[in-house]
Amino acid sequence: MAGLKLKNIMGKIAGFFTAASRSGLLWPVIFFGLILLVNALINPGFFDIEIKDGRLSGSLIDIMNRSSYIILLAIGMTFVVATAGIDISVGAVVAISAAVSAYLIGGTLVVENGVQQYVSFMPMPVAIIAALLIATALGMWNGLLISRMGLQPIIATLILMVAGRGIAQLITSGQIITIYYKPFFFIGGGYLFGIPFSIYIVAAVLAVVMFLKKRTALGLFIQSVGINKTATRFAGINSSNIILWVYAFSGFCAGIVGLLVCSNNKSADGNNAGYNMELDAILAVVLGGTSLAGGKFYIMGSVIGGLIIQSLTTTIFSIKEIKPEANLVVKAVIVFVVCLIQSESFRKKVAGVIFLREKKSL
Amino acid sequence: MNIKNIPILSCITGGKGGNSSGSMFNFKYLLLAATIALFIIMFGIGSVSFRGFFSLKVFFDLFIDNPFLFIAAIGMTFVIITGGIDLSVGSVAALTTMITGTLVEIHGISPAVVLPFVLLVGSLIGFLIGIMVHFFKIQPFIATLGGMFLARGIALMINTDSITLNNSFFKAVSNYHIPVIGNAFITINVVIILIVVIAAIILAHYTNFGRTVYAIGGNEQSAILMGLPVGRTKILVYTISGFCSALAGVTMMFYMPSGNPLHGVGMEMDVIAAVVIGGTMLTGGSGYMLGTVFGVLILGTIATLINFQGGSVNPWWIRIINAALILVFCLLQILFEKKGRKIAKS
Repeated sequence: MAGLKLKNIMGKIAGFFTAASRSGLLWPVIFFGLILLVNALINPGFFDIEIKDGRLSGSLIDIMNRSSYIILLAIGMTFVVATAGIDISVGAVVAISAAVSAYLIGGTLVVENGVQQYVSFMPMPVAIIAALLIATALGMWNGLLISRMGLQPIIATLILMVAGRGIAQLITSGQIITIYYKPFFFIGGGYLFGIPFSIYIVAAVLAVVMFLKKRTALGLFIQSVGINKTATRFAGINSSNIILWVYAFSGFCAGIVGLLVCSNNKSADGNNAGYNMELDAILAVVLGGTSLAGGKFYIMGSVIGGLIIQSLTTTIFSIKEIKPEANLVVKAVIVFVVCLIQSESFRKKVAGVIFLREKKSL
Repeated sequence: MNIKNIPILSCITGGKGGNSSGSMFNFKYLLLAATIALFIIMFGIGSVSFRGFFSLKVFFDLFIDNPFLFIAAIGMTFVIITGGIDLSVGSVAALTTMITGTLVEIHGISPAVVLPFVLLVGSLIGFLIGIMVHFFKIQPFIATLGGMFLARGIALMINTDSITLNNSFFKAVSNYHIPVIGNAFITINVVIILIVVIAAIILAHYTNFGRTVYAIGGNEQSAILMGLPVGRTKILVYTISGFCSALAGVTMMFYMPSGNPLHGVGMEMDVIAAVVIGGTMLTGGSGYMLGTVFGVLILGTIATLINFQGGSVNPWWIRIINAALILVFCLLQILFEKKGRKIAKS
């Protein structure tokens, strides 16, 4: 009996430790904390947030604002990766969404009765909805190729990645469309209650996603598709449709980012909008602890992954001794370090699985 | 039609890919035949539509203008056959040009020393990626993504501006023309491509290493159980790809004598596209080096066709056509694979 009790206590301690590392948030949070700490040591005013012209300003707000693109893409990407897929077309979808919204809004400065007025080509809501719909449809195209035609995710999305920028260029006729319609600038560059509006968008998407994950079985379904698609189908879950909608959602997220990019830059550039964003998004997901092999996924991990990437960039730009070109090298080093640490923890995870079995048998 | 019956083709393509019955091979050859046929058709369309298209010069230009694609694609084919992927090719090529530019132009070191050195650097990057993929089980996509960031970052840190190579060696090589027939000529790069392709075909189809590469792509667990040197082969495959990327960088400098940290941006996607159009499956286990050569030739022909059209066609159609081709070839692959399986079953 006593032995069993001791085993129980030991088990609880071990369980706590494995739970902390298995929650997937341990390493990302430690890394994010480390980067913030380095920043605080270099720049004592790093954590200061002050109000300027009714807007909150400070390094932290800046990081959160700038990381909104990566975080939104990473949220969509997390589900895709959880189904053992990958979506390398998001950057191109961002470019298309930006091109569509810029094309539909356009905008000219008109003087009516001596008053300057901004007139859009189409009403703004129409343009926004059209851009999001097209982005979602492109995601569905990916999903259809993968779930119905049986193409590999990386190839199916490669097709859209290669074609996407061409399509964006065709929409903008190979030129950079500039927007002169002021209300549209609010989406990507506006402030609401002193906080950048893009942070609200991220929060809203995150809230919906977390609700779906925690309160419905959808998260479990997605996870099970990632672990074994065939077994999931035999269990009576429509794997194909889950895959389809996961890619559609990833496209939708890319659509939102396209609107943000377009609104923030006040223009749409088919060549450079969203360039290489897919890589950052995938990186954020991996840094967040989700394995590219699919299965268990960590949405908050991806969010923190996005914050890590952005804060890293901000840090490098703020340290004068480091050339901005070093950004990529530092990023590469972080990728390797984080991946290696996660690889080392592989054994711990195995131990955790064995322990769980023991617990069940008790 | 069974290409296996044609002695020359069968000796080029070998027959060591895959692992099941003969009927499977026919379908795989069919895919290769489809790639070659597509190239012939596209070249034919160009010849019929445009005066001056059907010439040795246009054909040789396909090689002369894309040497880096050919060489990087050969390295990539090895990686993809093992079921991996290499995103670092463009960046490693750019890094090669930057290191060469700096060492030759600024430090005045002879190209005879620098060129072997940069090839070694490329191979080393590939080797390290291979170690991470094999020993630390980091997914190839992420490991090579890290390699891509690293190589591009180092290239940018060396110098953000492009370096013109004024060294007489590079000038001489880039201007050197080997006359063939009539006024058609080839460059040193074309010779390099030929050597690499032949070496790759021998390596892939006539050596134990090549057979292991296919076996890993077919089923890694089985390959391990069969006692094949899986780890060594996997690391070697990424090393080869790193070497080929560096060599691609060298051909860039022979084509256009300059070092630029932004050379080859997005090249990895063109290379992957060429490999896929060439009939290599991204799941690994099957594919032909010769297919990859024709894959690059097809991409080159599309670009040439659009160029011949002059200003009437938006050059952005190149990307869309490339994407459509990838789609068609992937669907064909799936179709052939299913049919092959059915026949193998019956």
